Amino acid sequence: MGEFNVHRVRFFNYVPSGIRCVAYNNQSNRLAVSRTDGTVEIYNLSANYFQEKFFPGHESRATEALCWAKGQRLFSAGLNGEIIEYDLQALTIKYAVDAFGGPIWSMAASPSGSQLLVGCEDGSVKLFQITPDKIQFERNFDRQKSRILSLSWHPAGTHVAAGSIDYISVFDSKSGSAIGKMLVDRQYMGVSKRKCIIWGVAFLSDGTVISVDSAGKVQIWDSATGTLMKNHLVSNADVQSIAVSQEDSFVVGTAEGTVFHFQLVSVTSSSSEKQWVRTKPFQHHTHGVRAVAHSPTALISGGTDTHLVIRPLMEKVEVKNYDAALRKITFPHRRLVSCAKKKQLLLFQFAHHLELWRLGSTVATGKNGDTLPLSKNADHLLHLKTKGPENIICSCISPCGGWIACSTASRFFLYRLNYEHDNISLQRVSKMPVFLRSALQILFSEDSTKLFVASNQGSLRVIRLQEGGFTHPRAFQPQSGTVQSMCLLAVSPDGNWLAASGSSAGVHVYNVKQLKLHCTVPAYNFPVTALAIAPNTNNLVIAHSDQQVFEYSIPDKQYTEWSRTVQKQGFHHLWLQRDTPITHISFHPKRPMHILLHDTYMFCLIDKSLPLPNDKTLLYNPLPPTNESDVIRRRTAHAFKISKKYKPLLFVDLLDEKTLVAVERPLDDIVAQLPPPIKKKKFGT
Amino acid sequence: MADLEEGFALTAVPLGSGPDGPLGVEQSDKTDQFLVTDSGRTVILYKVSDQKPLGSWSVKQGQIITCPAVCNFQTGEYIIVHDNKVLRIWNNEDVNLDKVFKATLSAEVYRIHSIQGTEPLVLFKEGAVRGLEALLAEPQQKIETVISDEEVIKWTKFFMVFRHPVLIFITEKHGNYFVYVQKFNSRILSKYTLLLGQEEKCVIQSFSTSVGRKFISLMSLSSDGCVYETLIPIHPSEPEKNQRLVQSQLLKSVVSGSARNGVALAILDQDHIAVLGAPLPASKECLSVWNTKFQTLQTSKELPQGTSGQLWYYGENLFMLHGKFLTVVPFKCEVSSLAGALGKLKHSQDPGIHATPHFVNWETSQGCGLGSQNSEQSKRILRRRKVEVSVQPEVPASTQLLATIQKDSEKHIEVELRKFLATKRTPDFHTIIGDVIIGLLGRCKAEPSFYPRNCLMQLVQTHVLSYSLCPGLMEFALEKTDVQILQLCLQQFPDIPESVTCACLKVFLSIGDDTLQDTDINMESVSDYMDPVQDGEMEGQTAFLQNGFSPEEDNCDSCAQKLKEKPQATADESTSCPVTTKRAALFRNAVLHSAYSETFLLPHLKDIPAQHSTLFLQYLYFLYLKCSENATMTLPGTHPPTLSQIMDWICLLLDANFTVVVMIPEAKRLLLSLYKFVKSQISICSELNKIEVSFRELQKLNQEKNNRELYSIEVLELF
Repeated sequence: MGEFNVHRVRFFNYVPSGIRCVAYNNQSNRLAVSRTDGTVEIYNLSANYFQEKFFPGHESRATEALCWAKGQRLFSAGLNGEIIEYDLQALTIKYAVDAFGGPIWSMAASPSGSQLLVGCEDGSVKLFQITPDKIQFERNFDRQKSRILSLSWHPAGTHVAAGSIDYISVFDSKSGSAIGKMLVDRQYMGVSKRKCIIWGVAFLSDGTVISVDSAGKVQIWDSATGTLMKNHLVSNADVQSIAVSQEDSFVVGTAEGTVFHFQLVSVTSSSSEKQWVRTKPFQHHTHGVRAVAHSPTALISGGTDTHLVIRPLMEKVEVKNYDAALRKITFPHRRLVSCAKKKQLLLFQFAHHLELWRLGSTVATGKNGDTLPLSKNADHLLHLKTKGPENIICSCISPCGGWIACSTASRFFLYRLNYEHDNISLQRVSKMPVFLRSALQILFSEDSTKLFVASNQGSLRVIRLQEGGFTHPRAFQPQSGTVQSMCLLAVSPDGNWLAASGSSAGVHVYNVKQLKLHCTVPAYNFPVTALAIAPNTNNLVIAHSDQQVFEYSIPDKQYTEWSRTVQKQGFHHLWLQRDTPITHISFHPKRPMHILLHDTYMFCLIDKSLPLPNDKTLLYNPLPPTNESDVIRRRTAHAFKISKKYKPLLFVDLLDEKTLVAVERPLDDIVAQLPPPIKKKKFGT
Repeated sequence: MADLEEGFALTAVPLGSGPDGPLGVEQSDKTDQFLVTDSGRTVILYKVSDQKPLGSWSVKQGQIITCPAVCNFQTGEYIIVHDNKVLRIWNNEDVNLDKVFKATLSAEVYRIHSIQGTEPLVLFKEGAVRGLEALLAEPQQKIETVISDEEVIKWTKFFMVFRHPVLIFITEKHGNYFVYVQKFNSRILSKYTLLLGQEEKCVIQSFSTSVGRKFISLMSLSSDGCVYETLIPIHPSEPEKNQRLVQSQLLKSVVSGSARNGVALAILDQDHIAVLGAPLPASKECLSVWNTKFQTLQTSKELPQGTSGQLWYYGENLFMLHGKFLTVVPFKCEVSSLAGALGKLKHSQDPGIHATPHFVNWETSQGCGLGSQNSEQSKRILRRRKVEVSVQPEVPASTQLLATIQKDSEKHIEVELRKFLATKRTPDFHTIIGDVIIGLLGRCKAEPSFYPRNCLMQLVQTHVLSYSLCPGLMEFALEKTDVQILQLCLQQFPDIPESVTCACLKVFLSIGDDTLQDTDINMESVSDYMDPVQDGEMEGQTAFLQNGFSPEEDNCDSCAQKLKEKPQATADESTSCPVTTKRAALFRNAVLHSAYSETFLLPHLKDIPAQHSTLFLQYLYFLYLKCSENATMTLPGTHPPTLSQIMDWICLLLDANFTVVVMIPEAKRLLLSLYKFVKSQISICSELNKIEVSFRELQKLNQEKNNRELYSIEVLELF
């Protein structure tokens, strides 16, 4: 397959934000995750845990609560006092409503989904009615003396439990009056702490209320009498979250990073008397667990250490396939790096700025495994900070390196770069048309003369770039009746075809010259994770979240022979078991048979001329065949040339036929930038 | 999984047999060839794999074959009996049965049996048995009568047990069944009465046997549709006496209770039986294979044209009459496993499915395995329950045993108990054993002289008991200071309360050495390290080398110095077992293994007299030193107490009795050595903490070294 010089890049100083809330929607099997920077991500648990949608963060919009209501509507509330509804089709914020109660700490949708309850800083609990297109304030519950940190509805919708500081209130949801109050012991291991914060409550249908608090207790109360029935001391630190599933199982997360599973278990085998038993502890987090969710088959947790952990409950999993394995999602399932191949430039996207780096060079040569001496080190050329509190949604650098574009929710930026020896001058292109803002994906054509922008509301536009400006913003004809936003774009190197994919509606191929739809690739059940169009042949390569890869010929409007062969034979089982999606596809500039694709833990060069591996052959063969004869090597060679040397990978591309660039982000570097975890003693008395 | 293959009919022409079916199917001396005897006049030799007859012989018009043809494996000849008394012997070359060897006997023959490795046997209708050679030497010899009048032989089988031929036949008289076992090496005929254990009206319809190590297992299919198992001892204790055999139920409702004919049973292997009959009153007759171990239906095959209630099983073929044709069903049966019984045998190679690690399922674990049976199984149980309603509950053997306990002599109880334990274990076996023990204890309390020690020992050793099943047992043993039973209980009961554990410990510590000498105790757990002759020099080293950490000289305070003044004495103390007898030590090992909760144990430990607790401490310290002798920190022998168990007990004892022990002069040296040991442990921990910190620093440095190069160009070759 050949030797490559690999630019191993580890200076992309990307740190994901900590997870603040998770909300599981049983109806669609989707998971909403909000992070401390206000980003909200939607994971489709049925599609191999693919992160299919995201809403960019906002500095002033720290979410404290997230919930699904009325079927599939998603609401969040935060410390700015606003309740926000997200538009899951157009990928925008539908509206924001101020609750006028100060910062909002908690939110809960009623079991019927028609009402929304928020708990505020001033001790008020406010009830909102969910109307088809908005929410409307209905009533205040009896005001409490301190902030409401947690809320839970009785499954019948008749009562509400609210966790405050040092006590839990029970409200009648009809009248809004407080009918009960349960005082929580401040004592912690014999020492009186200042305050006991009720971080989470859960109301069960038999009237039981479960509370978790800052003293490390999980307490089970009888709400009718207001008595404590059972006390589990689970941690030396705070227990910060609780989630209940099906009334017989709940999960709590602690600040020490431990997740405990509790189950309602019969006391003895014959009796019908049941009690809550702490059954399984899990320690998948180094830092505190801020949020937990409980799907029917899995425990989901996330916290300060930025990992989203999905731990299937083995007894609930029926088929012991790869879905039964533990998932740890750390990196976003989209591309944060773009590359100008000719100029060897890398553009890194952060939440609020962009960084432009030029790769170094070497004159030395070596054999496999050598690190070559650098004749020129990598340069940090540019640090481009966006104004405003909004996070960057997407960014791109043109293949020639002359243009940089990026977009936030309200603004679109286009810059012209001029290189004069070592000096760079940057010029912002002003007066960008307003309809370009909130672009979800930006792409330059191969010759850097056109810019394709996929905005929300499903619009797709092309701009012709000229020295110092742009002309002709023209729109592609939208598909009739769809408002599906396009998340992924790919343009053919000859500039004739543009492929675009939304989160579910399949892949559309447009003719760039006529601005018309050329064809639609047959719909597939799983969302697209990466797209690319091959040079010369104009074959569209599509990767899906179930790890299938298809090759579709745009001129012939059908799947290629190779793709059919692959589908007939099926992928290697180890290939299908990878748990991160392919996020980038590119092609060898000289050899049209070679496709490069990568996920977080490997990159793979597919040589279409070689036979496909079957389940008996070794998929990963990291060791070089030292003493094997050429015959054996040829016999065992298969199409998938995989390297797992570099990981976790955020980006891999071929700069030219002999040069690769791999952007790594070691987890240790991320941990080093997180706040220190609660230290636990290992040895001693 | 058992697997019935597609069957095929053997006879192209229907057997002229009528409803009774063929008289018999017997193996011939060549594999795959079988002799089929028509109930009329014909014997046909079939080759099964070719599905065609090889030869056919008939008796004259007017004569009738009364006993199926068999092959004499020693000579290769065939033998039949016609008209009850006329014996014919011929071979393959003969064409006409009229012209072959003929012998007329003086009594009526029931069956001729022939198996590989021994001469054929002739069983007469009166129960007498003769070898073929002896009979042919004098055909008109007088045949004695063995069974009584009106007794009729119902079923018979001849097989080899440890190379000795054994004939078993069952007779019936007025609804009572008798089993005769004739052994030819000792010429002993044992007679047993078969107790049906259910209402009288049940008629046994089919029998089958298999031979185990100690027992012949006789299975019978009753007219109530259930399969019963009876174990017949191969070596009966009193062969001359008429003994009774008890049936235990093996499978319920395998065939419909109302089906009066067409029912048969065959044992296929250790765990599988084949049953012929209609599973439901209205349904067609079926051939079904059951797993007796897991009581599951493995496979079944419908026989829509009806069958005759005869089933033969040879090698891998089942023979039965289907309609008017003799049908052969080839059959395969794998070794029974739980997975196989539940129909969940793992697929040999399925790359998509990976074995997942074992996990605890809290929701189903409480059912003690009953809940883990799959739905198919539970459905079947439900169906059985329905049937059960109509069937009266049987009188279990356990109630008889409980009655025996209340009145019989100790010796007799022991015998009965042994018999009971020999029978098959029912699901409620452990509760029965618990009831038996409670019954015994109740009688012990009533009659102070009654103490069935052997029975109790035997019951405890069934491994099914727990403290809560027989709450009085240990208290009673404590009262009697029966250390042997206490030791057994401590070893086998999982749920002994702390107070009882502590009481046992007290008994063990206080019991006199001379009393111990007389008791017989299991010593295997201590025999390896209680050797009184020790190498003093080596022990001296271990006293100071703890956990591989040797405290420096100046770390030792004055107390340690004092210790060192008398090094010889120290070495002695730490090396020789402080407990005078090995046996006392052993009890403590049993105690050390028992489960406990500190909070509940501590108050009871406080009650132990100071001298005793010092002795126990010394012993524990001795064990600890023994532990630290080798690198793995374990004691030799089977089931030794672990280091942490020893340490936990030392801590517990000190916690409970420190204020007392500290006042006792003889405990001073022990406390000093313990103090020294704890001190060294603390320094180890602090060293470990230091090492951890420096190690972390090193790791950080190492990481920095790795990560310092934020950018590099490397060469990578893809293969």
